Formats: sequence, structure tokens, C-alpha cells
Amino acid sequence: MSRTRHFPARAFAAHAVLIVWTLIALFPVFVTVVNSFKSKRAIFTQPLALPGPETFDLVGYQTVAAQGDFVAYFQNSLVVTCLSLFFVLLFGAMAAFALSEYRFRGNMLMGLYLALGIMIPIRLGTVAILQMMVATGLVNTLAALILVYTAQGLPLAVFILSEFMRSVSDDLKNAGRIDGLSEYRIFFQLVLPLVRPAMATVAVFTMIPIWNDLWFPLILAPSEATKTITLGSQVFLGQFVSNWNAVLAALSLAILPVLVLYLIFSRQLIRGITAGAVK
Amino acid sequence: MARRPAIRWHIAVFLAPAVLVYSAIMILPLFSTLNLSLFTATDGGTAFVGLQNFRTLFGDPRWSSAFWNALGNNLWFFAVHMLVQNPIGILLAALLSQPALRFSAFYRTAIFIPTILSFVVVGFIWKLILSPLWGIAPDLLDMVGLKSLFAPWLGREEYALTTLALISVWQFVGIPMMLIYAALLSIPDDIIEAAEMDGITGWSQFWRIKLPLILPAIGIISILTFVGNFNAFDLIYVSQGALAGPNFATDILGTFLYRTFFGFQLQLGDPHMGATIATAMFGIILIGVCSYLFLIQRRLRRYQF
Repeated sequence: MSRTRHFPARAFAAHAVLIVWTLIALFPVFVTVVNSFKSKRAIFTQPLALPGPETFDLVGYQTVAAQGDFVAYFQNSLVVTCLSLFFVLLFGAMAAFALSEYRFRGNMLMGLYLALGIMIPIRLGTVAILQMMVATGLVNTLAALILVYTAQGLPLAVFILSEFMRSVSDDLKNAGRIDGLSEYRIFFQLVLPLVRPAMATVAVFTMIPIWNDLWFPLILAPSEATKTITLGSQVFLGQFVSNWNAVLAALSLAILPVLVLYLIFSRQLIRGITAGAVK
Repeated sequence: MARRPAIRWHIAVFLAPAVLVYSAIMILPLFSTLNLSLFTATDGGTAFVGLQNFRTLFGDPRWSSAFWNALGNNLWFFAVHMLVQNPIGILLAALLSQPALRFSAFYRTAIFIPTILSFVVVGFIWKLILSPLWGIAPDLLDMVGLKSLFAPWLGREEYALTTLALISVWQFVGIPMMLIYAALLSIPDDIIEAAEMDGITGWSQFWRIKLPLILPAIGIISILTFVGNFNAFDLIYVSQGALAGPNFATDILGTFLYRTFFGFQLQLGDPHMGATIATAMFGIILIGVCSYLFLIQRRLRRYQF
């Protein structure tokens, strides 16, 4: 009885707190996107108003299109992120399969060795990574970034995927072995399709930090031809700091693709976090 | 399996790519960075100097004041996260996990949005919003009658670091929220029902039943926050530049490492001192992670459901 009586008040309070924080979370993004469509005067006189017929202006986007090489930066980011993701998933799944499927000497140690990288950030090795890239002539190539991000993503990928692979039924794999499938075909044809949901989770987790990283593009690949979108927009924003239209337009362009991807995959991401965290 | 004593090459084939890339790009450079910190550049090459670089970093006034400043700032940066980000995350998770709460998927999705944005975007957006030129922040404060509180927070030595820490909290509060939310959902219904039978409901149920059960998740979040904070760089670099102004008030270990390694303005980059700072950061993170694993995690009782 008492529960039903108190419930509306409690639910109301809960909604109030959640709505306030949702507004705090969304407001800065909202202000940026809305003002990117306005004329310079309107940005300053009515920063909180939606663009109307009088204040609507695409001058910021025109500046960005004319000045920045955003299409090229975007392509670089796309190449780096997709290839790193591909290698993280492939190599990570292979190693996870070896660790979860076979018993061999050093299995446990190998698992711990690969898990080290979850806690220790790869950035601490930057000095030596740069020297190595200089020595091998990989500085200012996208390959350098792809290598670094593959190494960065592997520990978590191996950890999560091997948890999931333990749950794949042994009967299925043994049936495959009786049918004469090689261990490679068992992995690629039987196991990989079954862990696809876990792969998607790992993909989302791996992708966000790679796409958003500023440190390694700044250090390993700052040349004009290899700038990623994150570094490119950082440099652009620094140069156009007093051109508010251009800055707001560039920020909106940087937000939108990530936001769209997030809204498509958010269920996957949230399910991934809530499933992995309980352990 | 045991009846086949032959070497099972497929295990090596499965492991090789991951182990090779990981060892070559991550572990090897990490150790060679630690090693570099024991050398110094001389006219013709490098010379072994033992721990001299560390003595310089911790004791030589030209270096040590910058180092201790960065470390102190970093500790404050971490403290703000622990005191603001994690309690807000726990509160939001507790509210979200109430059964029969409507729109909870919407709230979750919306509150997590800042977390997926890059530091470049976040740093710049807040720079614009807090800018006295644009006036959004003073206008908003004016609406609630607090306009007198406004100051150019990012430009004042005494406020800048705290402001940046709060921006970072704004961005990352979604992570503790999600992890705690997951932990709360995993509490079995029997326990909650038993508590309700005993008349423990509402907030007292949260404090006395749920909170002790999610302590391990809070521990994990604390250590993730620790590692993330002592490795932070991007937000400060984007909003305050490599000099971490005003007057180094926002300098943390990440920006200090970047400046030392690459040089800035007239100072030349120094890979050996850079490696020394990276080694110090490695030590700090290692101490943090180990004390968590050995001191805290062992005392947290794990409840098996």
C-alpha cells in the first residue's frame, strides 16, 4: 500500500533529476549545432534561438568547404579506423580462440601477458614508438597509426572475446572435428559466426577511442596528407579561432557522423557495457 | 587432445599475429622507453647515466617544480573526478535502475552522448560556451539570477584546472553510470524482495542493501578513472594548448610529457627526459593499479549469486 502511494512522488523526483542531467548533457551539443546554421550577428545576439528565415546562414559551412581538406581528413580517419578495427577483430578473435579452446603450457601466462595492456596505456611507450617509426620510415604514414591502434585495441578484444568463446558449445566443435574439419575451418566457419554479437560489441568499444584520438596522429602522422579528422579539425579550429561561423560549422561536422553512428549502434553498445561489466 | 604429442602448430598460428603486433608495438616500446630514461644525449651519441635523469626530474629546481606542479594538478584532476563524476554516475544509475521507470532507454542514450565525442569537439564547445565573448554562460547564469558569479573560468589560474576537470566529468559521467547500472541490474530479485519483506525500501534499501553489493563495480570504476586521468592529455592540449596555461595552472603529466618530449617555443625536445617522465607516469599508474589489486580488491567481498 505504502509503495503505491509514494510511487508517483518518487518517480517524479527521479524524472526531474534525469531530465536535468539530460539537458546538461545535450545542451552544449545543441547550442553548437543550432548556431552553426546562423549568421554571425545572430550567433551573438540570440545564441539560444533556433535559426529562423532571417538568421539562417550557411557561411560557416562554406568556409569549411573552401578552406579545410575535410573530405581527405575524413577519408584518412575512415581508412585508419576500419583497417585497425579489422585487424583488432581478426587477430583478437584468433588469439582469443587459441586461449579459450586449447590447453597448452603457458596458456594462463599468455592470457595475463595480453591482458596487461588493458591497464597500462600504450601512450607511455610513445618516445620509443616514435623512434621505431622513424627508423622504419613509417612516420607520416597511415600504416603507423594502424599498427599502433591495432596493438592498442588487442588486449581488451582478446579479453572480451575469450570470455564469449568459452560459452560456445564443445559438441559443435567436436562434431566439426569428427567431420574432418581442420582447426582453422572450425574457427572461421563454426565459431566466428557464433560470436558475431560479441564482435560487434568489441568493434564499438575499439572504434570510438581510435576515431577520437589526437595524441598519435599529432605525433606520428601530422603531415597534411595523413591528418585524421580529429587532428584536422583541431588544427582548423586553431587557425579559425575568431571565425565563429567556421568554428561552429566544423564542430557540427565533426559531431554529426559520430552521433549518427552512435544512434544506430547505441543499443549494441549499451548491451555490451551492461553484459561485460557484471563479471 | 593429449594422445597427440605432436606440436600443435595451429595454436601458434592463431596466437602469432596478436602476440607479434602487441609485443612489437606495445610491450617492446614500453620497455625501451623505460630503458631510454637511463641514458642521456651527449655530443656523439648517448651515455648511460643510471638514475641521474630521475634525480634531475625530482630534485633539480628547473625540472622538479614543473614536475611536482603537474603531479599536484593531476591529483586534483583525479580528485574532482572521484568526488563529482562517480557520485553523479551512481546517482543516475540508481535512478535509472528503478523498475517501471519510463523513458529509461532514452535517458541512457542521451546521457552517454558526450562520452562518444572527441576531446577536440568537447574542449572547443566548452571554450565557446564559457567564453565571455559569446555570453552564453553569463546569460544562462542571469536566468537563475547568478550572473555575478560568472568569471572567465578557463582564463583564471585559480579556476582553470577545476573547470577543465568538470568538463571532463561532464563528458565521461556516462561510463560510471553504465557500469553501476549494469551492476545494479545484476542484483537478484530475491535479495530485493527479502529486503522489502523486512521493510527496507527506497533510499535505505539503496544504502544498506544495494550499495554494498555494487562496491566491486565502484572499485573498477575508480581504477579506470585513475588510469584515464593520469594518462590524460587531449582535453588540456585542445583547450589550453601545449603550455597548459594560464601560467601552467592546468599542466598535468600528459601535457608535461608532450612538451618535454617535443619541445615548445625555444626549448628543444628531449627524448631522454621525455622517457623519464613517461617512466614516472608508468610507476604512478603501476602503484595505483597494484594497490587497487592487492589492497582494495582483496578486501571487497565478492557476492556469488
